[in-house]
Amino acid sequence: METFRVLVIDDEPGMRLGAERVLRSYVVPLPDQETEVAFVLSAAGSGEEGLEMIRSTPPDILLLDHKLPGIQGLDLLDIVARDHRDILTVMITAYASIETAISATKRGAFDFLAKPFTPDELRAVLHKTAKHLVLQRRAAQLAREKRQVRFQFISVLAHELKAPLAAVEGYVRLLQKGLIPPGSPGYDQAVDRSLERLDGMRKLILDLLDLTRIESGQGRREMVAVDLGESARRAVEGMQAVAAQRGISISVEGDPSLPMTADPSEIDMILNNLVTNAVKYNREGGEVTVRLRAEGSKAVLAVSDTGIGMAPEEVGRLFGEFARIKNDKTRGIAGSGLGLSIVKKLSALYGGDVKVESSPNVGTTFTVTLERGNEESTP
Amino acid sequence: MAEEQKTILVADDDEDFRTQLSLELGAAGFRVLAAGSEKEAVALLESSRPDMAILDVMMENMDSGLILSHKVKRRYPDVPVILVTNVVGDTGVYIDLSTRDERSWVQADAVLDKPVRFEQLQREIKRLLKV
Repeated sequence: METFRVLVIDDEPGMRLGAERVLRSYVVPLPDQETEVAFVLSAAGSGEEGLEMIRSTPPDILLLDHKLPGIQGLDLLDIVARDHRDILTVMITAYASIETAISATKRGAFDFLAKPFTPDELRAVLHKTAKHLVLQRRAAQLAREKRQVRFQFISVLAHELKAPLAAVEGYVRLLQKGLIPPGSPGYDQAVDRSLERLDGMRKLILDLLDLTRIESGQGRREMVAVDLGESARRAVEGMQAVAAQRGISISVEGDPSLPMTADPSEIDMILNNLVTNAVKYNREGGEVTVRLRAEGSKAVLAVSDTGIGMAPEEVGRLFGEFARIKNDKTRGIAGSGLGLSIVKKLSALYGGDVKVESSPNVGTTFTVTLERGNEESTP
Repeated sequence: MAEEQKTILVADDDEDFRTQLSLELGAAGFRVLAAGSEKEAVALLESSRPDMAILDVMMENMDSGLILSHKVKRRYPDVPVILVTNVVGDTGVYIDLSTRDERSWVQADAVLDKPVRFEQLQREIKRLLKV
């Protein structure tokens, strides 16, 4: 339940009392917004008195008589429109004069009400005004929250970009001070680590560009016939060398050919992210399995590893931006923290989703479901 | 008379920062005990008494540094602790020592925000060790 303050400015005492009586027990139901609105009324008999009240305690809604002694309704409207932009004004006009109504609307009134009006007409206009006000405030609230989320994202991003810079700077300063001379054991480590951190930073920037492009819906999407089987084999091939270094084997199982309509670069991004993760978070000598199958109009793509796995509470945070799981087992594993966020957003573009099953020290399976589009028949 | 060599415990899961700090401290004449996790740091504290501890706040636990700092203070009340923290972390934890209340809760003698310049850290070390 929300309560809006209504101020009636009218020189006729009967009008003020009537409005009070009608609105005192009136509640506007707004089921779409899951709320209802009640009104608290105050009244002023002149523009001057009304203005004073507006300045001391601004109402949400103003019922303003057009014809007043002293300061005129339209002049008061100008002041309200200028100084109190969040007040919605309903102009009360003495005649059903369309000119006055248009003029008032042009000068910032939200609506008008022609005298004489029935209680129902008053309720109707208040209903409309209250609804508008609620929607307007919800929209403003959403915009605020969006700005807040964006601010947090940028703060974390700035931090994530500063961290590798600080690491590289630290090594360069050590070199500068001559604390790790060439040929000493620390020298190679310093150079290798610097290059690794710079590489990680580059990956973050590229992921960030991918993510921004997906979110903005900008950039050309090239929808063509894609064979998921082929894409999977290509992704696996790309990771083979890195996997082999740690004795990890990767295999592709299920439908050898799974056609769908997609942007090939997006499919590659999904597969590369998942296969890379499956290798990165695996144990020495572990296995990665990519399984493909058609399920009606959908393509189901599951990537399993035999790695460190996750606890249920870790799974819950997994898809957030920069949400990297930090524990003993993930120490020393580099990542931008954006990969799964990208996978999730891309899957949504194909009317699909991502599911995770994981148990600690056993492994994790990511299952992505994608609508195959009009490429439904297998050739 | 030559000063006895002081030992500093460095606990940080950031491999680069830990390596760099250890090298810098070593060059400045300190002996360094380096730990890459809260667990390793606890083990080191069991077996030796450092003259000072420099602790990262977020390691395997969100509050690893705070826990360690309590452990250091309980076991060795005179050993000064410097907490090193990321202002913006995954969780947005922010530690501030500006009020007395916060100082009593966070048992640390100094809190520095990352990225920390070694010169800045060295000033704190000298102040707290009175060297």
